[in-house]
Amino acid sequence: MNAPPPDHADNPDHPRPRSLTDLFVSFTLLALQGFGGVLAVVQREMVDRKRWLTQEEFIEDWAVAQIMPGPNVVNLSLMIGGRYFGVPGALAALAGLLAVPLVLVLMLAVLHARFADSPVVAGALRGMAAVCAGLIGAAGLRLAGALKKSPLPLPWCVALGAAGFILVALLKCPLAWVLFGLGGLSCVLTYRRLKA
Amino acid sequence: MNAPLHLTLDWADWLNLFAHFLTLSLMSVGGAISTSSEMHRFLVEQHHWLTQEQFNQAIALAQAAPGPNVLFVALMGWQVGLNAGSTGAALFGVLVTMVGIMTPSTVITYAAARWGHRNRDLRAVRAFKQGMAPIVIALLLSTAWIMASSAGGDALAHWPLWLTAVVSGLVIWRTRIHLLWLLAAGAVLGALRVI
Repeated sequence: MNAPPPDHADNPDHPRPRSLTDLFVSFTLLALQGFGGVLAVVQREMVDRKRWLTQEEFIEDWAVAQIMPGPNVVNLSLMIGGRYFGVPGALAALAGLLAVPLVLVLMLAVLHARFADSPVVAGALRGMAAVCAGLIGAAGLRLAGALKKSPLPLPWCVALGAAGFILVALLKCPLAWVLFGLGGLSCVLTYRRLKA
Repeated sequence: MNAPLHLTLDWADWLNLFAHFLTLSLMSVGGAISTSSEMHRFLVEQHHWLTQEQFNQAIALAQAAPGPNVLFVALMGWQVGLNAGSTGAALFGVLVTMVGIMTPSTVITYAAARWGHRNRDLRAVRAFKQGMAPIVIALLLSTAWIMASSAGGDALAHWPLWLTAVVSGLVIWRTRIHLLWLLAAGAVLGALRVI
């Protein structure tokens, strides 16, 4: 279980984490960049910078992370760690993601009474939230490139994606409906195309 | 401000809290935040272990701090423990709620991911993973939209904020600049009240 998957070994375009410590430290640094959520940072760090995952692998893993119970980013870190080092890898990635941020958030809770009323702090948080929104949007745009390799024709992908955006962002449908309804439809369409 | 709570929690209460978060973990498809309405019912309305204000602050603080949003659960445990009287109880509250919310989902997801990876050549597994791609992308864009709306509200009145979001999105899409530079720039612009 600890052996590297053969398709990843010694491939300079697809490096892998060197050790459990590397996993822990990488996920700690990644978590510390994620204000208001870590998802966009995961794509940036794991796919664009470290290249531990390709875009296609990231999308596939994220689909699983999303459909399973638990926080998406936590699920994703488990899967990335587990893919390279089995259970110890999954635990190292999980610990990296949570340990230092947990200490920081508790410190923040202790200090909260002192900052809460400061307009400077509130403004800074609003500015960071705006950047985060852009960051997550950019992650979506980057991943859209992977649709070219989908078995579905591109216009179908665009139509499914647009329907998903309208349902979730504009009509505020419950996520489970979209995942199981629209996602299910998309999977069935893909299944039929794969047969051909 | 709500009146502070002074609780006495015995082992049965802690066990009840732990069991509740174990169950919530199984229901947390789409992230722990999707179960927060149920946490509210349990912690605030049913047991009065947290005030309404403490509940809201736990979610807001976790958003403001770096790291995964699920840490709002730790803050709830922390606050329940503080209401019960001591920092030691608060740390125990963090342990109870975090282990509760993480364990079931983690075990299930890990097992499912291993199974999926071993059977990745099955047609159904390939269809699931490739078929979900457009939905995954749509969800990311939706999250961006919802975050910008909740930070900025009306696009016309708060156009500098939306412009910041769009520009940072384009910069990240097209360059490899480190994210922390953009976050720092956003913080400075916000602190100076430019946006």
